[in-house]
Amino acid sequence: MFETLLPNVKWDKVIDATYETVYMTAVSVFATFFLGIILGLLLFLTSKGNMWENRFIHSFVAAVVNVFRSIPFIILIILLLPFTKAIVGTILGANAALPALIIGAAPFYGRMVEIALREVDKGVIEAAKSMGATMSTIIFKVLLPESMPALVSGITVTAIALVSYTAMAGAIGAGGLGNLAYLEGFQRNHSDVTFVATVLILIIVFIIQLIGDMITRAIDKR
Amino acid sequence: MISLNGVTKIYHTNHSQVKAVDQVDLQIQSGEIFGIIGYSGAGKSTLIRLLNGLEKPTNGTVEVAGKRIDQIKGKELRSARKEISMIFQHFNLLWSRTVRENIAFPLEIAGMKKSDRLKRVDELIKLVGLEGKEDAYPSQLSGGQKQRVGIARALANNPKVLLCDEATSALDPQTTDSILDLLVDINKRLGLTIVLITHEMHVIRKICHRVAVMENGKIVEHGDVLTVFRNPKANITKRFVKQVTEPDETMETIDYLLEKYKHGKVVKLTFVGDRAEQPMISKIIKEFDVEVNILQGKISQTQSGSYGTLIIHFDGDETTVEQAIEFIRNQQVELEVIANV
Ligand SMILES: Nc1ncnc2c1ncn2[C@@H]1O[C@H](COP(=O)(O)OP(=O)(O)O)[C@@H](O)[C@H]1O
Ligand SMILES: [Mg+2]
Repeated sequence: MFETLLPNVKWDKVIDATYETVYMTAVSVFATFFLGIILGLLLFLTSKGNMWENRFIHSFVAAVVNVFRSIPFIILIILLLPFTKAIVGTILGANAALPALIIGAAPFYGRMVEIALREVDKGVIEAAKSMGATMSTIIFKVLLPESMPALVSGITVTAIALVSYTAMAGAIGAGGLGNLAYLEGFQRNHSDVTFVATVLILIIVFIIQLIGDMITRAIDKR
Repeated sequence: MISLNGVTKIYHTNHSQVKAVDQVDLQIQSGEIFGIIGYSGAGKSTLIRLLNGLEKPTNGTVEVAGKRIDQIKGKELRSARKEISMIFQHFNLLWSRTVRENIAFPLEIAGMKKSDRLKRVDELIKLVGLEGKEDAYPSQLSGGQKQRVGIARALANNPKVLLCDEATSALDPQTTDSILDLLVDINKRLGLTIVLITHEMHVIRKICHRVAVMENGKIVEHGDVLTVFRNPKANITKRFVKQVTEPDETMETIDYLLEKYKHGKVVKLTFVGDRAEQPMISKIIKEFDVEVNILQGKISQTQSGSYGTLIIHFDGDETTVEQAIEFIRNQQVELEVIANV
């Protein structure tokens, strides 16, 4: 039945492309999570009235975050080509997409982390201080656990954005479902291939949303 | 245990500055329950936060449990804070942790082994009466239960001083009383020094040994609770004392009754300690030819004895009334003539 409805779909290529998309998304989400938390903590802790209040560092980090957040992703990839070539060794393939994906998403997520940390009850931080907590205790046992539901729902949104970024990166040679849809679907005018690629991307997005919502619900004890 | 000398705290805001605490001198003895009362904005929270170094004074010295809190910082301050615990109006529990995990938090900070931690947490849960709630999350507890977790958490590392910042202000009257009873119990059992701040005289009356009254950053009056109740000097203190001795409606009632009485005097008597129980009124009626109408009476219990007020109307021959009043004064009962009819 698939033969007649989707004559141009080569399933082994679809499976490879799906794997590449999942791979690019997974690695970049993982890296974005850590990098974003570091950026978010820096933004939060150096802001006015906080523990490492420092106007210079805060404005610097905020400026970098805002600049990278504002550059359209497709342009960011092109701008980062020399950097990608230097650290990955090539500008083609799934790995070559990773630097742009991470650098594009981490500032976006970093802002969400900052907002999540600002929502943590000041009184709880003060209680921890009054117990003699060190800075690292406050970060790892108060700030991060208390903001975890927001951090998880933030990374869910970011992960979904990253899926669409991988598709864009695919169009300029990074592989994955976006690449398949562009090369096989658009350029050869096989709309059945585009259709299959779209459905698979939607399924990936739904799964991410589902997992994100499940985790958020399980850890939110408020 | 606690000694403040010439302590001033100034906050600088964009264009102005606020003197939140102004030249405060205060000595608090080991093992006492010391209350600080004042209206909102008086500087109470700032003052109590100076005691554990959450704020540093602009001027003056702060000594708690032998440590100069105004001078130490870093590691030394963190270790001093393990001896000076704090509980809060809004409890400030970690919502992501269960009751047991919340109480274990200060023990984790102190670096206690996990097995010892579990044992200590169980003791504390018994001490504050939260058996059966060990695995509940704060969102599943009532306000009173949350404050019990706060108290258990504060006691975990065997502190010498417990600071309470409006610890009962978010609770209903019954729960307030049960938390206050728990604090008295802890004070007696563990010999803990307790400093509490509040805007409710009821709290001071019920559990404090000594009290300081704060207004605009200054301590305007301080002393034994009973003495301050019997003889409040500053206007603000008189207003606070009235919170517990004269419900608002009393004065209105008296105004109304005064219209009914055409002669005589209305006087307010204040009894302290044993005198609160003497049969003085019956003596007056026997010895003097006066009519006595009791308009309002109330006896309150404090930590160091009972304290009562009685508002009565005397009627009769003017000189006899004067004699009766003189008789009362000789009994060393405070007497204030509120109205001459
Ligand atoms: N961090 C701060 N920055 C500026 N002003 C403050 C700060 N904390 C308190 N104040 C001011 O100090 C005064 C006393 O506040 P506070 O100690 O909280 O009073 P209370 O606890 O008696 O209500 C208030 O006028 C308040 O606005
Ligand atoms: Mg306050």
